[in-house]
Amino acid sequence: MAMTLSLLAYLVSSVCCIMALRGLSGPNTAKGGLMFGIAGMALAVVTTLMLPGVSSYGTIILGVAVGGGIGALIAKKIEMTALPQLVAAFHSLVGLAAVFIAAAAFHNPEAYNIGTRGEIHIGSLIEMALGVAIGAITFTGSIIAFGKLQGIVTGKPVVFKGQHMLNAALGGVLLLLLVLLCVTESPLVFWAIVFLSFLLGILMIIPIGGADMPVIVSMLNSYSGWAAAGIGFTLQNNLLIIVGALVGASGAILSYIMCKGMNRSFFNVILGGFGGELAGAAAASTASDKPVKIGSAEDAAFIMKNASSVIIVPGYGMAVAQAQHALREMADQLKKEGVKVRYAIHPVAGRMPGHMNVLLAEANVPYEDVLELEEINRDFSQTDVAFVIGANDITNPAAKKDPASPIYGMPILDVESAGTVLFVKRSLGSGYAGIDNELFFYDNTMMLLGDAKAMCEGIIRAMEH
Amino acid sequence: MDSHKLAEQAAGVATGASQLSQQAQDLALSISQYAAPEAAGMPFFVVGLTVFVLACFVGYYVVWRVTPALHSPLMAVTNAISSVIIVGALIAAGPEDWNFSKLLGFLAVVLASVNIFGGFIVTHRMLQMFSKKKKQGA
Repeated sequence: MAMTLSLLAYLVSSVCCIMALRGLSGPNTAKGGLMFGIAGMALAVVTTLMLPGVSSYGTIILGVAVGGGIGALIAKKIEMTALPQLVAAFHSLVGLAAVFIAAAAFHNPEAYNIGTRGEIHIGSLIEMALGVAIGAITFTGSIIAFGKLQGIVTGKPVVFKGQHMLNAALGGVLLLLLVLLCVTESPLVFWAIVFLSFLLGILMIIPIGGADMPVIVSMLNSYSGWAAAGIGFTLQNNLLIIVGALVGASGAILSYIMCKGMNRSFFNVILGGFGGELAGAAAASTASDKPVKIGSAEDAAFIMKNASSVIIVPGYGMAVAQAQHALREMADQLKKEGVKVRYAIHPVAGRMPGHMNVLLAEANVPYEDVLELEEINRDFSQTDVAFVIGANDITNPAAKKDPASPIYGMPILDVESAGTVLFVKRSLGSGYAGIDNELFFYDNTMMLLGDAKAMCEGIIRAMEH
Repeated sequence: MDSHKLAEQAAGVATGASQLSQQAQDLALSISQYAAPEAAGMPFFVVGLTVFVLACFVGYYVVWRVTPALHSPLMAVTNAISSVIIVGALIAAGPEDWNFSKLLGFLAVVLASVNIFGGFIVTHRMLQMFSKKKKQGA
C-alpha cells in the first residue's frame, strides 16, 4: 500500500515537471510553471524520505542544507552576463551526481532491489554502465565548456592530429569495457569506465570553438537528462525516467535550433575545429586597404535622431561590455524623439539559447520590442538605421553571397538592406568565426569603433545636447 | 496415556503448520516485494522503456511550444529538474550505517541540492526580469 502511494506521488511529481516546461510557452504563464516545478521536486524529495530504507535524516538534512546554501548563494550573486558558464557548471554537477549514484548502486545493490553484491541483474548493469558513462562525459565536458565560457580554457578550438581517431578508439574501448563489466562485474572495470568517460568528455569538447558554445551547452543539457533517465532505469524509477526524457528532449531540440541557426549539421559542430585555421586567412585579408567609413558617437546620434525607425541587433559583444543598460537608455532617448525602436535577435546571438533576451529583459527592455529573426527580417528594408552592437557573423552578407565562405547558408539578419548600418565594434577585426565581414566596406555602413558601453553612453550624451 | 500423546502430536503439528504459514507469508511478502515493479508479469525494462519513449514525445511537443525568448530560463529550469536524481542519492544516503555507498550518496545529495536550489532560484530571477518589464513596457 505504502509502495503504491509513493509510486502515485512520483507520478504527480512527474506531471508537475511537465507543467513546469509547459508554462514557459509565454512570459505570463512561466512563473506558474516554475511553481509547479518546485512543487514537483519537493514532492519527490518528501516521498523518497518516507521510503522505509531512508532513515538517516540528520545526514540528509546536512547535505541538502550545505548544497542548497551554496546553490542559493551562487544563483543570487551571479551576473546575468555570466549565465552561460553558470548553466554549464550546473550541468557538470548533475553529471557528477549521476556518477556517484550509479557507483553507490553498484557497491550496494540491495538498497535498490537490483540484486546482491556481485550478482547484479544483467539489465541493471547495462543501464548502470550507460548512466555512469553519460554522467561522467557530462561532468568533464561541462567543466571544459565552463572553462571556455569563463575564459580559463582557450576559446579557440584545440585540435591535434588523429583527434577523431583517438576519440573513436576510446569510444570502442568504452564499449568493450561495458561488455566486460556485464561478464565480470568487477569494480575495477566499473571505475575504468568512469575514468575513460571523464577523459572522453574532455576530448570531445576541447576541439569546439567558443562561438559553437550555444550548441554545446544545449547538448550537455540534453546529456544530463539522458544520464538521469539512465539512473532511472537502474533504480527502476519512472519519475527519473520521465524527467530525464523531458530534459533530454529539451536539450536536443535546443541544440537542433542552434545548429539550424548556423546552418550546420550537429556532426559538423561536434567534430569541432570551426574557426581555428580560418582566423589566419581572415586576418590576412583584413590587411588589404578597403575604404571604411568611421564615425563618432555624435555622428551616430545625429543619424538616429533623424531616423523614423531603428532596429538594434545585439550580440555577444554587448554581453561582454555589459552594455545592455546603456543601450536601453539610448533606446529610451530615441523613443522620446519619436523614433520607433525594436530589437532583432538572431537564434545564435550570445553564448546560450535566449541569452540576449535575458540580458535585454534585465535592462527592462519591453518584451514586445524584442523580435526573433523570422519576425523582423523583412522589416530591415523599410528601416532607416540598423544599429549592430557586439554582433558580427550573424550579419555577414557572405552567408548569402559567397558559397566559399564557411558560414555560407547560415540565416543572417539582413541589416545591409537598412538605410544606414551603424556597426559598433572594438576594432575592424574578424568575428568569432574568424571570417572577414564585407559589410564593413559597404557604402551605407558606418563603423563606430570603441567599447560598446562607452559608445552607447557617448551617443546618449550627444543626443542630450 | 494414548490420548495425551495424540494431543501432544497434534500440538506439534499445529505449531509446525503455523510456522509453515508464517514462512509462506514471509515468502509471499518477499515475492510481492520483488514482483512489485514487474507488474503483470512484465520486466521493468519494458515498462520503463514505454514510459521513456512516451515521455520523449511529451517533451518534444512541450518544448517546441516554448517561446524562443524564454530559452535561457528553459535551460535553467530543465537543469534544476534533472536534479530529481536526488531521489537516487537519498536512497543511497538513507541507511544509518556509514559505508562507501552512503558516502557517495551523501556527496550526490549535496551536488544535486546545489543544482536544485541554484537552478530554481536563477530561473526565478530570470522570469522576474521578464515579468517586471511587462508592467513597465506599456
